Amino acid sequence: MNIVIIVTVLCVLLMVIAAYFAIKTNDLISSVLASSVVSLMASILFLILHAPDVAMTEAAIGAGLSTFVFLIAIRKTERYEKHEEQ
Amino acid sequence: MKSLGLKRRFRIKNIFVFLVVLYFAFQFFSVFALLDLNNIKGVAKYYLENDIKDTESANVVTSIVVNYRGFDTLGEVTVLFLAATGLAAILSGERKKKRKKTPANAMLHYGSKPLLAIVVLFGAYIFIHGHLSPGGGFQGGTVIATGFLMMLLAFEGYEIKHGYVKWAESLAGLTFVTVGLFGLFLLGSFLANFLPLGKVGELFSAGVIPIIYVAVGFKVGSELTGLLDNMMGVVE
Repeated sequence: MNIVIIVTVLCVLLMVIAAYFAIKTNDLISSVLASSVVSLMASILFLILHAPDVAMTEAAIGAGLSTFVFLIAIRKTERYEKHEEQ
Repeated sequence: MKSLGLKRRFRIKNIFVFLVVLYFAFQFFSVFALLDLNNIKGVAKYYLENDIKDTESANVVTSIVVNYRGFDTLGEVTVLFLAATGLAAILSGERKKKRKKTPANAMLHYGSKPLLAIVVLFGAYIFIHGHLSPGGGFQGGTVIATGFLMMLLAFEGYEIKHGYVKWAESLAGLTFVTVGLFGLFLLGSFLANFLPLGKVGELFSAGVIPIIYVAVGFKVGSELTGLLDNMMGVVE
């Protein structure tokens, strides 16, 4: 029981850090990879919450396929976010 | 001096935002942790108690998605179809351009062919066993599409045959609707379970549920494969 709680807290912490990084970074590829880490951690959380069906969907679509769709879109546009002059 | 103060204030704001996000994350988590699983009421209770009797499906989630709420699943598949069609329509003007030729490394090149068979087999396993183990049409279809994405990345000249993809998609959608209409004519409601239910835990059990989930798997797999092919094909 204890190890489940530890894994959960670690997952939530990593999710928050990755989500913050995804918003803050200028490199869009790093941002997409960070959001895929969020999805992967979410799928572990779903598994802990006894929802293996949702966990599989999240891992396959959130962490796998949507990351690639974003990467293909970035390859066609620009990699770095432009900053507006203040 | 002034700019330093501004910078520090900016950093404090960042830390504050981070703490607020952390607080909400733990609040969100505690909602799940406090959920009382021993005291389920209403429709959920009906599903948990009558699932085996009604559908003989070992996986309650599958029997909800395909049997009790099968009509919603048809809508979901249609939404996915519309999204894929819309993307194809938007990208159709640029379709003729060839992909940029960057050869893949040897590992990907030689490893991807045997891996494709395993990935497709695993995806098929997921949706064929949808009524017995976790997973189902959507998950299995996505796994299959991921396998074809690997082939698109590994071989620069790899082309997905659009005719086959379209046929698989159309036949799968047709199967779904036909099974639903059979239920309507034989038992009086759309997607009613008209086949013999069998025994829980066996592969040929749960009536129409495996048929519909295999159809959903084919449909999702071919739609996502076509979508990825459309997106990959545009890079000059």
